[in-house]
Amino acid sequence: MARLSYAEAACAALERAMRDDARVVVLGEDVGRGGIFGQYRGLQERFGAGRVIDTPISEATIMGAAVGMALAGLVPVVEMRVVDFALCAMDEIVNQAAKARFMLGGQARAGLVARMPIGLWSGSAAQHSQSLEAWFAHVPGLAVVAPATPQDNYALLAAAIACGDPVAYLEHKELWSLAGEVAEDAAVPLGRAAVLREGGDLTLVAWSRTVHAALEAAAQAQRRGIGVEVIDLRTLWPWDRDTVLASCARTGRLLVAHEAVRVGGFGAEIAAEVAETLGIRVKRLGSPRIPVGYAKPLEDEARVDAARLLAAIESFG
Amino acid sequence: MARIRAFENAAEEASRGGVSAFGAAAAAAEVRVRGPLHLSTGQEAVAAGVCANLAPTDLLTSTHRGHGHSIAKGASLERMMCELFGRANGTNRGKGGSMHIADFSVGMLGANGVVAAGIAIAVGAAHALRLRGERAVVACFFGDGAVNRGPFLEGLNWAAIHRLPVLFVCEDNRWSATTPTAAMTAGEGALARARGIGVDGLAVDGNDVFAVDAAAAALLSEVRAGGGPRFLHAVTYRIKGHVSVDAAAYRDGKEVARALENDPLALAAARLGETEVRRILDEAQAEVQRALQVAAAAPWPDRASAYADVQDTGAGRWLG
Repeated sequence: MARLSYAEAACAALERAMRDDARVVVLGEDVGRGGIFGQYRGLQERFGAGRVIDTPISEATIMGAAVGMALAGLVPVVEMRVVDFALCAMDEIVNQAAKARFMLGGQARAGLVARMPIGLWSGSAAQHSQSLEAWFAHVPGLAVVAPATPQDNYALLAAAIACGDPVAYLEHKELWSLAGEVAEDAAVPLGRAAVLREGGDLTLVAWSRTVHAALEAAAQAQRRGIGVEVIDLRTLWPWDRDTVLASCARTGRLLVAHEAVRVGGFGAEIAAEVAETLGIRVKRLGSPRIPVGYAKPLEDEARVDAARLLAAIESFG
Repeated sequence: MARIRAFENAAEEASRGGVSAFGAAAAAAEVRVRGPLHLSTGQEAVAAGVCANLAPTDLLTSTHRGHGHSIAKGASLERMMCELFGRANGTNRGKGGSMHIADFSVGMLGANGVVAAGIAIAVGAAHALRLRGERAVVACFFGDGAVNRGPFLEGLNWAAIHRLPVLFVCEDNRWSATTPTAAMTAGEGALARARGIGVDGLAVDGNDVFAVDAAAAALLSEVRAGGGPRFLHAVTYRIKGHVSVDAAAYRDGKEVARALENDPLALAAARLGETEVRRILDEAQAEVQRALQVAAAAPWPDRASAYADVQDTGAGRWLG
């Protein structure tokens, strides 16, 4: 057990994976210097420039080369800096990595982990702040992971590297410095949600940074006599249907909240599935369908915070 | 070359009525080869000349017009034809079709439905070979249209800075779908662009298999010696349309007639005896006929296989 930041936890998981499996390599811009968020710190010193590969600003080829490496037997961990830049590599993610194994009739697979940080981050404005997890959840072949804590970033990154499928791994930029206890032996399988707080009146499903706002809102709701069960989904594809449905069956109400734009967001998928299965009341909370603005008041307009969550919780009546 | 030509001719025949595009109507009856079929008829010398210099352990990436590359690399005609027919014993179990044929058992990492997409994959595969200390090389085929896509710049640059063992082969058939590539391409051409990125190479008559062979041999020996990537610009001509149902009526007939006079098979045959040529052509024809028979009798994929090899994580969660 050690106290690590969210960034350090991922770095520790990667270091362990590289130590245990010579097939694991890292490639991306600035990884040799530790990555712009420090999430690769020390890895090139430890494993050399051959396995921690600095690349040109060539997102399409970073991802495409990772596909080629995977087809040739390596397990690449791909740095995309921010998910917004991964849009330059969408062909390589969607048409190549996600489809390769199926299209090739199972002759090979493109197991890789694409680290594509999401979310608002101190005035980063419209091209560095998006949460595009729903795009990847829509693509057959991909797994989609969005950890909210240092412990989960450690365990889920390890699981993603080990799973053999292409994984869209979405860390949140506002969480990099979040510190917490990390146990190296705590395995978290992909596809398993965590019930972080129990409550009998409403199920609140969230992921990534929104989990922390959800916990804050749930504590405030408790003081107003509303028991909110908070579920951190952790993996978006496959999402933990059993845990969510079991909770919703008890509480009879579902609120799904995410920082991504509400329209067409992954919350709609969960809400629809729960409504179809249980017939209970469901609500979604997400960002308005606006680009993220630079100025603080504009950025905050896109932010799903505890106040908005509390208002949504209370709106069930 | 004879095997590629025989395969392409048979595939073309089997695809009639398969796709309604370019003014062609889909057939009412079921056709044997469904879907877009991009033929490499007339371009055989590039595939044959380059792949003659590759070992089974060398790797190859190809394009949507990739039958010739697969055949020249050693893929089975029978399993390729089964794939075109969409059968369970095709190279890709009927999941890929013409545009995705791959045969990893001979180092053929795949055709690709996206122009230039194979370039980055080839570079990554070469990088993997380097990291693992293997001596094999990667041949990366792409068309003249690919030089106008971003991965051309990115991939060549990457291979150059890392001195990766890649032979880039621009198989220049002079047409980007229905548009002449020259009208859409600025500058001095593919090889000049490659040299601008620091990847040296040769230009060659892509219809002269002996010239392609010699150029590929020279370039590959430099690549194998650790000299980094090299570039082969092989100029040929797309005798057929963009896809098999495209009659290419937008082209000047004289241009096609001139190209036919420069048929790579005829050029090569002129250097062999008549008996030898006849034997080669007959053998190729017989092999393709057997492949057609096997493919026509081969089983369809089980519908359940539509769910196989998608992903392990979340397998079974197909509906939500």
